Amino acid sequence: MKLHEVSFQYKSTTILNKITFTVPPGQIIGIIGENGCGKTTLLRMMAGILVPSAGAITLEEQPVTRRLANQIAYQPDIDLFYDSHTAQKVFTFYDEQFDDFSLEKAYEIAAFLEVPTKVKLKKLSKGNRARVKMACVLARETRIYLLDEPFSGLDPLARESLMKALIRFIDNENSSIVLSTHEVSEVEPILDQVILMKDGRIRAMENVELIRDERGEDAVQWMKSLYGKQVQ
Amino acid sequence: MTQDFMKDRPIYLQLIERICGDVIKGNIQPGDKLPSVREFALDAGVNVNTVQRVYKELEMMNLTETKRGQGTFITTNDDSIQHIREQMKEQVATQFITVLESLGFSVTEIIDLLQKKGGK
Repeated sequence: MKLHEVSFQYKSTTILNKITFTVPPGQIIGIIGENGCGKTTLLRMMAGILVPSAGAITLEEQPVTRRLANQIAYQPDIDLFYDSHTAQKVFTFYDEQFDDFSLEKAYEIAAFLEVPTKVKLKKLSKGNRARVKMACVLARETRIYLLDEPFSGLDPLARESLMKALIRFIDNENSSIVLSTHEVSEVEPILDQVILMKDGRIRAMENVELIRDERGEDAVQWMKSLYGKQVQ
Repeated sequence: MTQDFMKDRPIYLQLIERICGDVIKGNIQPGDKLPSVREFALDAGVNVNTVQRVYKELEMMNLTETKRGQGTFITTNDDSIQHIREQMKEQVATQFITVLESLGFSVTEIIDLLQKKGGK
């Protein structure tokens, strides 16, 4: 997926300003930055839900629109499932909606994450609801997965199990993941690259191992040192 | 179980050192099969690409051999293992000396201390 000079304006406010980057195949990319810097808006545009005010987003040379939803797996940061549904029912719904969804894989992921599939969602813990959500997204077979804050508000064990599901169930030769997160130090070991956003712009994009190699610091320290400097 | 990493060095290097350490300590024996890249990544809680790099480097260090269709194995060549052992020893000693020198201790002082400690 490629973004070229993508901007987004809402009324007279610029939310995203000339964002340009490429998501290489087979990588996990983390988008980091403080609240309100434009991470969610960026992911929604990449998913084809929001239309950029300027610039272009393409997936394998095709412009990204809502119609491309069948080639992009997107997980919003809000809970969209009905409380009275079970994971089983949610999986069946996904199976009807998406051609690339595999029921078998959804149950395999649910088993891996040890989440009950026959209990109503309202009776599940927050961590288990997040696991159901993750199973739905990962059971789709697409080239790109966009996850908005998949680990936020969860306990460390839930976060760890979701990260393991990402490692286990994404075909890393063909697919890429772009996820936004505040849990930078915890998530860093599963990332290839980080994109640091500030005030609707990309402040920096870098390979996480290169940051450690060249600067002798992890992504959190890197983020702090870059955030400290004023953006021109 | 997911492992912790030091913040100041690349994760792939830390994983290589752990594996080398395990071979030297005998936790992993010559001829042992290493887990698949994905299994290793899951176990360590790291990116699959990082593990691929680790496996590639281990092979370049002659510590492992890849058998087609069977996986990656620790070398049975004793020279290679001895070589890694020497390298590791050298590395640890260098780090040790750097720290002591930065604190202002002289090499003679260190040698005296090591002889005392080692001789006990």
